[in-house]
Amino acid sequence: MLLIPCPWCGERAEAEFTYAGEGGIARPKNPPELSDQEWADYVYYRHNPKGTHHELWLHLHGCGKYFRVVRDTVSNQIYGSAPMLEAPPAVPERKEV
Amino acid sequence: MKAVAKYRLPSGGHIDRSQLLQFSWGGRTLHGFHGDTLASALLAHGIHFVGRSFKYHRPRGIYTAGVEEPNALVTVGRNGRMTPNLRATEVLLTEGLNAVPQNAWPSLDFDLLSVNNFLSPFLPAGFYYKTFMSPAAWWHKRYEPMIRRSAGLGCASGQADPDSYERRYAYAEVLVVGGGAAGLAAAHAAGQSGKRVVLVEQDWLLGGSLLARTGETIDGEPARAWLAKMQRELAAMDNVQVLPNTTCFAAYEHGMWGLLERLRHHGTEQDKPNAPRQRMWWLRAPRSVIATGAIERPMVFANNDLPGVTLASSAATYANRFAVKPGDRTIVFTNNNSGYVSALSLIEAGVEVKAIVDTRPAPSGAMAQRLLECGVTIFPGHGISRARGWHDLHHLRIAPIDEEGVAQRGGVLMSCDSLAVSGGWSPVIHLPSHQGAKVQWNEEQACFIVAEAPAGMAIVGGAAASFALAQAVQEGATAGASAVGATAPAYGAIHGAEGALDCDSIAWIKGKRGKAFVDLQNDSTAKDLALAIREGYESIEHVKRYTTTGMATDQGKLANVNAIRIVSKIRGLPMNEVGVTTFRAPYTPTTLAAFAGRELDDFLQPERITPLHDWSVTLGAAFEPVGQWMRAWYYPKAGEDMHRAVQRESAAVRESVGFMDASTLGKIEVRGKDAAEFLNRVYTNGMLKMPAGACRYGLMLNEEGTLFDDGVISRLADDRFFISTTTGGAPRVLAWLELWLQTEWTDLEVWLTSITEQWAALALNGPKARKVLQPLTDIDLGHEAFPYMRFREGQVCGAKARILRVSFTGELGYEIHMAPEAAVSVAEDLMETGAEYKITPYGTESMHLLRAEKGFIIAGQDNEGTTTPDDLGLSGLCSTKKDYVGRRGAERAGMRREDRKQLVGLLPENETLVLPEGVPLGAGELTPPFPILGHVTSSYMSPTLKRGFAMGLLRRGHKRHGETISALVKGAAVPCKIVPPMFLDPDGERLRGEDA
Ligand SMILES: [Zn+2]
Repeated sequence: MLLIPCPWCGERAEAEFTYAGEGGIARPKNPPELSDQEWADYVYYRHNPKGTHHELWLHLHGCGKYFRVVRDTVSNQIYGSAPMLEAPPAVPERKEV
Repeated sequence: MKAVAKYRLPSGGHIDRSQLLQFSWGGRTLHGFHGDTLASALLAHGIHFVGRSFKYHRPRGIYTAGVEEPNALVTVGRNGRMTPNLRATEVLLTEGLNAVPQNAWPSLDFDLLSVNNFLSPFLPAGFYYKTFMSPAAWWHKRYEPMIRRSAGLGCASGQADPDSYERRYAYAEVLVVGGGAAGLAAAHAAGQSGKRVVLVEQDWLLGGSLLARTGETIDGEPARAWLAKMQRELAAMDNVQVLPNTTCFAAYEHGMWGLLERLRHHGTEQDKPNAPRQRMWWLRAPRSVIATGAIERPMVFANNDLPGVTLASSAATYANRFAVKPGDRTIVFTNNNSGYVSALSLIEAGVEVKAIVDTRPAPSGAMAQRLLECGVTIFPGHGISRARGWHDLHHLRIAPIDEEGVAQRGGVLMSCDSLAVSGGWSPVIHLPSHQGAKVQWNEEQACFIVAEAPAGMAIVGGAAASFALAQAVQEGATAGASAVGATAPAYGAIHGAEGALDCDSIAWIKGKRGKAFVDLQNDSTAKDLALAIREGYESIEHVKRYTTTGMATDQGKLANVNAIRIVSKIRGLPMNEVGVTTFRAPYTPTTLAAFAGRELDDFLQPERITPLHDWSVTLGAAFEPVGQWMRAWYYPKAGEDMHRAVQRESAAVRESVGFMDASTLGKIEVRGKDAAEFLNRVYTNGMLKMPAGACRYGLMLNEEGTLFDDGVISRLADDRFFISTTTGGAPRVLAWLELWLQTEWTDLEVWLTSITEQWAALALNGPKARKVLQPLTDIDLGHEAFPYMRFREGQVCGAKARILRVSFTGELGYEIHMAPEAAVSVAEDLMETGAEYKITPYGTESMHLLRAEKGFIIAGQDNEGTTTPDDLGLSGLCSTKKDYVGRRGAERAGMRREDRKQLVGLLPENETLVLPEGVPLGAGELTPPFPILGHVTSSYMSPTLKRGFAMGLLRRGHKRHGETISALVKGAAVPCKIVPPMFLDPDGERLRGEDA
């Protein structure tokens, strides 16, 4: 079970949180002008990286805030979290294994 | 006094000879001592043969002395406590213990299915896949029952488990897994710091391999004395918790560990009547020391599965820890030095060792010398080409072997009743593997080790292939100390097992005849592996699945490395290129009851009840679960079944008046200067011009353009709304609204508050509703003063209330929201003032029927994941003047096709028929296979229409009104007329009610 650093409550067990999808996706400002493909890019297409991933999490059984998390999908290492109005946490340069 | 069992040594062992215990094995009454396992007690009586194998039903004996046991699976206990598939090597012997063998039908000694052994040419690798291919219909009728009967992995008792299981969450700075010499040294060193340390040991005794050997010293004192001292000192440290009988079965992310503590052994229930049977620990420990030791490997040769064959270290364990000799004449077969250690340790305990068979051509060294001095014959460069016996081992064929392990002519036949084998050692690296640790082959010690330990984890001792006692203790102490930022304590002289195994690469003796098993539990042989490779399976993962090697309940603890070795030899690849199969949690089988803990029956999940729940109970209501809520379903009167009650309730609402408990409606208050703007973006209809005091029915879509939820929006003030959601949808809708506010429209000033439980609600419906409610409220209910889709605040029965003039039945309706504590008295007053109109409480079933007569949808029932408002005939609720969530999605071409599934009304030609909900719709006779054009979503018998009616989703439904379609009911096509989904009062005349 992950230990997730809520920017407001600190590190808490994963069971208190709900995953809310990929982070960094903004709703287009002009939906009627978009092509079906552009709309699909916004609604359906998501990254599925093997490695660092910008995510949204909701501290549902806690402060109720959505926030940003950057997590490595292979190692599950969490590089940090940030409130929605701040930039996502930086990822340290990768060590060669 | 009972006679001492024949194979019990006269002295020694970690057993208490003053506590004689009686137990039952397959109906036979036997005796053992406190401290025995079931396995050691059986071996003390010379009982090796304890079960039959999985596929061929061959006799199998006790093969090991630990958790890796592949053969000796037994069922222990009686009635609800009966537990199958326990390893006899782990079951503590207790007074009155009842154990029975498994996988033998009808009995152990006479097993009808052992004929499989002679049919074995027909049961090769992949036999599941090949044999049971066709015909498909045979699978359920023939193959599966046959496999199940013969598979013989015990049976569940079929009775409720009378015991309780607990869960505990805990934190420690350091977790030490394994209570052998290395783990003890680690826990001791870490414990000195005063930080919280947890030490777990799966056995009930600490000591690990120290219990199986003699003559070792640590810090200048005998190992046994050191062990006792460590236990004493650890017990004295308040910050250290030692958990024996506890398996660390899984390593999870971020220092989370699953521990299973066994608190009550079978047969000890009466000693601790209130204790839970097991306790599941979820322990968070950022640092850990993995001191899980190593497991010895078998040798692969013909008939290596005969009862009487054991691992060499296990034989030594039985002799030293349990004072049980494995036989009268033991032979050791090894390909490495540890076979000599075990042989010496057997001799010291008083066991006769006749010979050592060693695959290596020139074994030498002090141990070989000592064994020769003890009169043991050594056969260097030899292997066992075949073991002989039927239910027990009699003879061994010992033959010279070439460098490929092929048995040559010559050699000798030796009699013996016990064979102790060692094919090298495999470090227990399961826990690091759970966390994705890369594993690599270590040629020097001939085993897989962890290449790089996961963060926070230190791997020490046997688990790191450090087999020398001195090295294991030192590594443990160092890791324990560094986990708490301290320096390792210095240890004095340690004298014990040597570390270098000098392990031969030959573990498979190729003879001409007989089955050479690689996986004893799943009955797969070296030939099966060879066949799989010949048939083109190359990846070890494929070979494993095709032959089922390593896929039994022991997960290949003994088999995997030998299998990989054989594949490596056949394919001519280095071990690292063959690769290892992935270890997954749990390390050993873990009962589901322990995972469930106390979340059973009433505690399975919380049940939410309304303030009117007890009131409904006194009226005799039947309840149905809706999400976590229990809702009153219908209120039967004496002698009424559900159908009659619902017909009576529904008719009462249409003819006079009724009310229902609507408290479970999700309610959210939306407040802030941008509240209207926010709602305007998430509902399909316009919200900006809605005046205070107005209500609106609104739809929420997701961005795909399909229906997400629906409800009523009421405007309390310019900056204040409250919205209702479906009963089950409230938390989902709140989280979704928060998502938009917090992540997308962060500039809007809006606050959301869940008020579901702050407001109880009653829905009063029927032509007499106004007459019943007016005497109870100060609000003028006149049709003009309080029009439809308006909302008023005031008092009802003296309590503060919000009344919405809305209707989900098509009748004059008032939704009364009030403080929860006022709900019962309001309901009682309604019953009183309504008595002259025969006011009738109704439940959710009547509500469903009444709304369906009007064609109102239930979100989640009359739609599916792809249904748009247009499909539901609700495009009139979707604004064309603004953007809203889901608008662009619903405008895609595919969302507007004419042949989509659309909501229709259905009238069965047979008026007495009620279509079952969910049945498929199609054209004509519906002879299978037929194209399914839709399905029935809602269906009822209407007391008002006096006929059955339904709604459904149907392809091109909007254009098919007036046509006939067939519904498939119990295999027959039932013709139905397609009509608009509106069965009653299309002009809404009834909404006015009487006295308007
Ligand atoms: Zn929080």
